[in-house]
Parts: sequence; structure tokens; C-alpha cells
Amino acid sequence: MSMKKNKIIRLTLSYFVIAVMAVIVFYPLLWIIGSSFNPGNSLSGSTMFPENPTLAHYKHLFDADKSDYIIWYKNSLKISIITMVLTVASVSLTAYSFSRYRFVGRKNGLITFLILQMIPNFAALIAIFVLANRTGLIDTHLGLILVYVGGQIPMNTYLMKGYLDTIPKELDESAKMDGAGHLRIFFQIVMPLAKPILAVVALFSFIAPFGDFILARILLRSEDKFTLLVGLYELVAKQFGNEFTKFAAGSVLIAIPIAALFLVFQRYFVSGLTAGGTKG
Amino acid sequence: MEAEKVGTTKHAKTAALLSIVPGLGQFYNRQFLKGIIFLVLAASFGIVFGDILNMGFWGLFTLGEIPKIDHSIFLLIDGIIALIVTVLGLGVYAFNLYDAHSNGKKRDLGLKLNSVREQYHNLIDGGFPYLMITPGFLLLIFVVIFPIIFVILLAFTNYDLYHSPPAKLVDWIGIQNFIDIFKIDIWRNTFFKVLGWTIVWTFGATTFQIALGMFLAIIVNQKDLKGKAIIRTILILPWAVPAFVSIMIFSGMFNETFGAINKMILPALGLDPQPWMTEANWTRLALILIQGWLGFPFIFAMVTGVLQSIPEDLYEAATVDGASIWQKFSKITLPLVLFATAPIMITQYTFNFNNFNVIFLFNNGGPAVPGQTAWGTDILISWIYRLTMTSAQYGKAAAITMILSFIIIAVALWQFRRTKSFQEEDMM
Repeated sequence: MSMKKNKIIRLTLSYFVIAVMAVIVFYPLLWIIGSSFNPGNSLSGSTMFPENPTLAHYKHLFDADKSDYIIWYKNSLKISIITMVLTVASVSLTAYSFSRYRFVGRKNGLITFLILQMIPNFAALIAIFVLANRTGLIDTHLGLILVYVGGQIPMNTYLMKGYLDTIPKELDESAKMDGAGHLRIFFQIVMPLAKPILAVVALFSFIAPFGDFILARILLRSEDKFTLLVGLYELVAKQFGNEFTKFAAGSVLIAIPIAALFLVFQRYFVSGLTAGGTKG
Repeated sequence: MEAEKVGTTKHAKTAALLSIVPGLGQFYNRQFLKGIIFLVLAASFGIVFGDILNMGFWGLFTLGEIPKIDHSIFLLIDGIIALIVTVLGLGVYAFNLYDAHSNGKKRDLGLKLNSVREQYHNLIDGGFPYLMITPGFLLLIFVVIFPIIFVILLAFTNYDLYHSPPAKLVDWIGIQNFIDIFKIDIWRNTFFKVLGWTIVWTFGATTFQIALGMFLAIIVNQKDLKGKAIIRTILILPWAVPAFVSIMIFSGMFNETFGAINKMILPALGLDPQPWMTEANWTRLALILIQGWLGFPFIFAMVTGVLQSIPEDLYEAATVDGASIWQKFSKITLPLVLFATAPIMITQYTFNFNNFNVIFLFNNGGPAVPGQTAWGTDILISWIYRLTMTSAQYGKAAAITMILSFIIIAVALWQFRRTKSFQEEDMM
């Protein structure tokens, strides 16, 4: 009798907590979606459920004459994709050699990577800024991409090495017996088995540039080179609130694809992270 | 045949000595192709980099002598490049000595030297890992290591608004920046104020998000709770939305006059509006709450993964033994979860220690504090940004960056010394 009553109380309380959390999670998201359909421009008049919803802000963003939003979107996609490809290539090479070979400097290299991954690369932002100035890479996408890829290497190498360590070495040893060369073992034996972690590294290195604000803001100067976040920030930073609804529309358009991508792949994220974290 | 000579010849020493001029030792060992390669490498190194090295080191030591002509910072950059090139060159040079010595030793012991063909195979086998890490490593040198060296060196200069090239020269001033930070009142007060808030922020925000994530994971993981999949998706959402967007949304919501918090939510709960953006302590509270919102889903997802892997019979056995819910939690669940996720929890702390985005985007580190270089909610990293970008205190900013890096490295080493992989020789 009291067992059953206990259970009901426990479950009711649980559902109540979850409901409160759901409201807290949804409120800001619904609020920004609502704002993006608000007819006014400013923060002051925006409500979650506007009386006369309008698509005007979305239209404005897609109007190439009035706004650079499309250009920013393309810039961001371009930078993210190139960063992703370069990161996956260099990280899989370094992680593989750290995992499979024993060479002079290996241990020191690993410790260096460990420490480097703890220091965010924008801590040295002044150095990056001056170096970019000196090499003429300021205000270019190439410079930004190089900084992103370099910054991604330590952490992702560590993550991937942790995963590769779990793939039995007997596999590549027996392939070696059969006369397979280094490259062949790498491409045809180990990499296919490492697909899950490759996906994780690819997603991380795609999303990180998309979500980076500070480096892009320091390195990019001209408006047609901006990434999405820098562009959007500039949109609201000048007079916060006055362009708020346009900012809201722009944010919704960023958040939806990323959130969708994320929810599809989050299972791999978590398993990849815990595998790398506990075993690496 | 040559066995009687063992121990009497000194090929190893001679070859190594000769190799002071790269390649000669290899010639002495009658490995002509290798010798030529070393010789050509050394010669071209001298020809190509000679001027760069000469100028580079001059610049590095003097930082320029004539204002308006010598640009100290560019000289510093070139100097660091010269330094990196030298280190790489010395590496090859050391290998040349080592190679001559080890082959000479082989001859001393009467062993046959490898033929060109065998050398080629050795090179491919032994060199393959190096070949693989080279692209990543080079990029790392220029994008990560170079900036770090630059910041370290900058910390020992007086580079600021008043010593700004090209009009003025920058000079080496030893550890004056560090002395200033700890000796001059305004710097010391600001430093410790910022450090204090950084620590409170790191522990407050991180512990809050960990506790919230864990609590929710345990609630949702109850066996008889329905709708787990949909609940989990909802609770993961804040992680899926880009943090930049969420922070900007909150920045709008916490706006004192127009934001939804002051206009709708607090009145609905019967509370007064609060000065979220202009009163440092209210901004701090808002920041910790926001970071909780942003950070709990990650912990939630991870803890859920661990909870699902705990075998059910553990709890059943505990129930049979008459354990209460609390006992089951504190004796089974909590230790297992903490054990599995401890390394990642610690990285959450270091992440928040450097969580520039939330501080900067929410309220620009503000509210502003008159007469101070740091604003009300600046943590170390955003203070460094402000010193660099708005008050041009480059030398001081670099010195603070070094202090910050030491803190992080100390924590990192402490953490990884404790993790399993560090102790397993083979894994590491």
C-alpha cells in the first residue's frame, strides 16, 4: 500500500521537476523564435507569440542588396568544411602514429599535446594577430582556417588516439605478415574500423569554427569576409535591441541546422568522448 | 677476420668528430650517398637561412636600435622564426652526429654497415611515423607553439601604448611586468579581484552545471519513468543550440528595461525587477545561471551513459539487503558515476576557467568599473582580451597570460598524473 503511494509521489515529483526543466529549456528558444516573427525591429516590443507574425526579417536577411547574411553563411560553411577536412586528415595521421608506433620523442610529444589542449589558442590572441599581420594572412579565410586546424589538432589527436588504442594491434600485425605496407594498413585496416571516432572528430572540427567568435572577430576585418557569428554580433552590438528581431531571425537560421545535425549524431558524441576520456 | 680489431679501433669517435662538418663522418664510414645528402642539406641550410638567422638573432637581442626604421615587434617575430629554424637545424645536426657515431661503433664492433638499399628500408620503416606527424606538427609549430613563444617573450618587454612601433622601440625589461602586477597597488588589486572572481566563477558555475546534470540524469533514468527518449532529447537541446546564439538570447532576456526576465517572469513570480546588467553581483548570478543552462546537458548525457551501463542486479542485491534509496545512491550510483566521468568533469572546470564567450557575449565583462582596466565580471581571460584590444597593455597582458597558463598547466599535469593512462607505460 505505502510502497505504491511512495512510488506515485516519487514519479509525480520527478515529472514535475522534468516539466520545470523543460519550461526553462524551451522558454529562451521559443522566445527567440517568437521574436524573429515580430513585426517591430526592437527588443522592446518583441513577444513570444506576436499578434501579427511576419516573415519580413527572414526576407530581409535573404535580400542580397540589404544584407550580407547569405555571404556570411557561405563564408562560415566554407571555413567549417575546409577546417573539417584538414583536421580529420592531419589528426588521423598524427593519432595513428602516436597509437601504433614507438619512436623517439613520442612520450614528450603526447605530453605536449596534453598540455596544449588545455590552453585555448585565443589566449595567445595577440601573437596570432601580430603574426597574421606580419604574414599578410590578416583578413583572409586561409589564415583563420590554419589557426582553427592547428588549434584542433592537440585535443582531437588525443581523442582519436584513445579510440585507436582500443583497436587490437594483432589486426595490423597480421596484415603486416601478409605483406601489407604502412599506408595500406592505415587506409584499409585501421581507418575503416575507426569510422565512429572519425565522425566525432569531423563533427567537432566542423562545429568549432561555426561556433567560434573571438578568433574570427580578431582576424577578419572586412564585412564581406565575416563569418556568421561575427556578422550577427556586429548586427546587434552597435545598438543592442534596435536590430534585435533581425538578429533573432538570423540566429534561428543558424541554430536549426546545427541542432538537427547535433541531435542526429549526439549518440556518437557521448560514446566517443567517454571512450577517449576514460581510456585515452 | 676483423674480430681481433674489436676494441682497438676508434671509428665511432673519429666519425663523430669528423661529422662536426656534416657528412664527413658518413664519408669516413664509406656511406657516400648519405654523406652527400647531409653535406648538401647543411650547405643549403647555411645559404638559405644564413641572412635570416643573422638578422633574426640580432633583432631578437636588441629589438631594434633606430626608432621608426627598426620595427621591434617584426624583429621579434623574425627572431622567433630564426630560433625555430635553428632548433630544427640543430635536430638534423644532432642526428648527423648520432648517425656517424653509431655507424662508426658498428665498424668498431666489426659489424657490417647497412647498404644503401637497407638504409632506404630503414628510413621508410623508422621514418614513417615522423613522416605522418610532420604536417600536423609543422602547423602546430606555427599556429600554436609560435604564438606561445611570442607571448612568453612579450611578457618580458615593455610593449604598450607608449612603446609602440614603428614610432617607438620596444625594450627588454626583464621581469618588471610581473613585479608591477604584484607591487603596484592598482594592478595588484585588480589582479586579485579578477583572480578571485575567476575562481568563484569556475567552481560555482561548473559545480552547478555538474550537480544539475547529474541530478536530472538520475531522475530521468528511473526504471518506471515513461517517455525517456523524448525527455532526453528535450534536455539535450541547450547543448545542441550553438552557445553563441543562446548567450545572445539570454543577453536580450536579461536586458533590464526590455528583457523578458524583468518584464514578464519576475513580476509573474511576484518579484521585483533586478539590475542584471549594471550591478556586478547580479550579473555574476545571471552568468552562473546561464552557464548552468548551457552546460548541464553535456553532463546529463554522459552520466546517463554511465548509469545505463550499471548492472541492474547491483541495485536488486542492495534492495534485498534492505538498502534505502539514499544508500543506493551514495554507495552505488555516485561512486560509479564519479569514477567513470572524473577526467571529463575536471576538463569542465578548466573549460569554464577560460570560458571567454559567455562572459564577453553576455555583458561584455561589464558592468564597467571606473578607473580600472578590468570590468565587474571579467575573468582572467577576458581581462587579457581587454588589456590587449582596448588599452594596448600588451606586455602586461602577456605576463598575465603566462600566469594563467601556469595555473592551467599545473591543474592539467595534476589531473593526468592521476588518470590511468598516464601510468600505463604502453598506452602513454
